[in-house]
Amino acid sequence: MANKVLVFLEQRNGQIKKASFEAAKVGAELAAKLGIEAEAVVIGNEVESPEKVGGFGIKKVTHLKNALLENYSDAYKELLTSYTNEINADYLLFGNTAMGKDLAPKLSAKLDAGAAMDILAYEVEGENLKATRPVYAGKALINVNITSAIKILSLRPNVFNAGEATTDTAEVTVKEVEVTELKTKVTELKKAGDKLDVSEAEFIVAGGRGLKEADKFSLVEDLAKELGAAIGASRAVVDAGWRPHSEQVGQTGKTVSPTLYIALGISGAIQHLAGMRSSKYIVAINKDADAPIFQIADYGITGDVFEVVPALIEEIKKVKNG
Amino acid sequence: MKIIVCVSHVPDTATKINLGADGKSIDNNGVTFVVNPYDEYAIEEALKTKESLGEGEVIAISVGPEVNKETIKKALAMGVDRGILLKDENPRDSLAVAKALADEIKQEGAELVFFGKQSVDYDNSVVGQMTAELLGFNSVSVVVDFKLDGTNIVAEREIEGGREVVETSLPAIITAQKGLNEPRYASLKGIMAAKKKPIDEKPAAEAKSYVEVVEMKRPAPKAAGKIVGSDASAVPELVRLLREEAKVI
Ligand SMILES: Cc1cc2nc3c(=O)[nH]c(=O)nc-3n(C[C@H](O)[C@H](O)[C@H](O)COP(=O)(O)OP(=O)(O)OC[C@H]3O[C@@H](n4cnc5c(N)ncnc54)[C@H](O)[C@@H]3O)c2cc1C
Ligand SMILES: Nc1ncnc2c1ncn2[C@@H]1O[C@H](COP(=O)(O)O)[C@@H](O)[C@H]1O
Repeated sequence: MANKVLVFLEQRNGQIKKASFEAAKVGAELAAKLGIEAEAVVIGNEVESPEKVGGFGIKKVTHLKNALLENYSDAYKELLTSYTNEINADYLLFGNTAMGKDLAPKLSAKLDAGAAMDILAYEVEGENLKATRPVYAGKALINVNITSAIKILSLRPNVFNAGEATTDTAEVTVKEVEVTELKTKVTELKKAGDKLDVSEAEFIVAGGRGLKEADKFSLVEDLAKELGAAIGASRAVVDAGWRPHSEQVGQTGKTVSPTLYIALGISGAIQHLAGMRSSKYIVAINKDADAPIFQIADYGITGDVFEVVPALIEEIKKVKNG
Repeated sequence: MKIIVCVSHVPDTATKINLGADGKSIDNNGVTFVVNPYDEYAIEEALKTKESLGEGEVIAISVGPEVNKETIKKALAMGVDRGILLKDENPRDSLAVAKALADEIKQEGAELVFFGKQSVDYDNSVVGQMTAELLGFNSVSVVVDFKLDGTNIVAEREIEGGREVVETSLPAIITAQKGLNEPRYASLKGIMAAKKKPIDEKPAAEAKSYVEVVEMKRPAPKAAGKIVGSDASAVPELVRLLREEAKVI
């Protein structure tokens, strides 16, 4: 019999991540299906409003607190392992973020638990858990059965919609924990500016070689600004040095699943599609009606980006101003 | 110093994937297999580290069937000193692969091991971190900058919106991300020399798999999109659709 679902809440700078609220929502649903309890745990120093996780269906959250836990370190995996054992949790949920991707496999090894990473869907089948995940850069999907006693799931961000939080709050228990010497610790955070990262953004405006030159990328920036979107880029423009690698979407860049992905002057090579095909809505603007991007776009305009995008910015301004 | 690099043998990212007859895997017919691209960064970093220390040995290990030797040979041609194939003709889950690797790394007594950040077949991104935990090693994943000073390590890893600078020490596992270095090409001399380098072959340590593939399928095709129109005249209709149909703006 299953016993308990534990959701790991990731905080950075004391803020709980959106991907964690998605995991909380799924955790609460999974527990309901199994007829067991779900709770959450957050590791950090000061954490802003962990009770908010109650709005996504989790009633109890434990904050493992110590000033040394402000940034990610090896203490996270140790604390999470002992907490999992303490409450006897057998389902562990993570958001598939940079931290989740590092932590989940470590827990898998420590707890001798099977892990399904980057999942898009799951089903409960008796004692087994079936999960669906992309393989071969999204060219195929697999269904996997996890058969170990403890099961670990890492959820692709933006796929499981957390929806609006209800006003319910979770009961928060703060536990001051002891942290001995850290063996692997983050000593500095180098931000790539104040920009929104593509892997976390709800809206993305991405540009490709159709923008013609680095300076003209300002068109992408303008539209992104109008929409509050993150900026993405094809490998062609990253290789050309117009944009940093951190903005590259695709097989050798980032995998994204925003609500809206607007591709400007991007042909839609298979390696680019690999990174963005799970976006909810895809808009393509390209002057070549045969460009492969149109095969996966929900809405397309054939035309010159230099003509269409300024008009698009104007139109969005117009509708926003009522 | 003894340095290990773990390599996997995967379909070239540009190849078309066809589903196999068993409904659980791909059809290997006509598929070109290559060294996992991220493992090339791992191999390069292992070689660079040995070169900067001025001494040592680099060993490439792969878990899998006989054909994985192709990938080990490529590593040898790039400059790796010797190879080990931990043979298993049957597929294993990531944790079972990690257990085989951990077992061998322990026997070799290596304290620095490089992995790729991800195998581009199953895209798990886990084997390095799992192996580190099984061995009790420190680890840093998705590394784009690596410095070793004595037994101390300063590495930078990619995270959302930037990088984390991480300090740790040996024994350690590093998983390599694109940007860490520029992998060297195998020279003709390297390819010739590789022919004389040994590849040890032994059965992979037994381990149970907990994650079992029950079905492989194609993603549901996206419903045919619509071309809203051409040129700027189509913009008002696009915005209307985004507001009223997709309800995103
Ligand atoms: C191993 C490997 C990994 C790769 N990984 C990635 C990856 O992670 N991400 C990635 O993006 N690519 C990747 N690629 C590269 C990929 O194959 C393509 O080369 C790349 O995506 C092309 O970028 P692009 O669409 O910007 O350029 P192009 O293919 O040159 O397309 C430019 C498009 O702009 C259109 N255009 C031109 N002018 C205008 C205009 N004025 N108005 C409107 N449209 C215009 C053209 O019709 C064309 O469709 C990888 C390749 C390999 C081999
Ligand atoms: N069968 C294998 N043999 C040796 N190393 C492997 C194997 N599978 C994965 N690895 C290593 O683990 C890394 C991450 O793989 P994965 O977790 O499968 O995405 C790869 O880049 C390799 O360095």
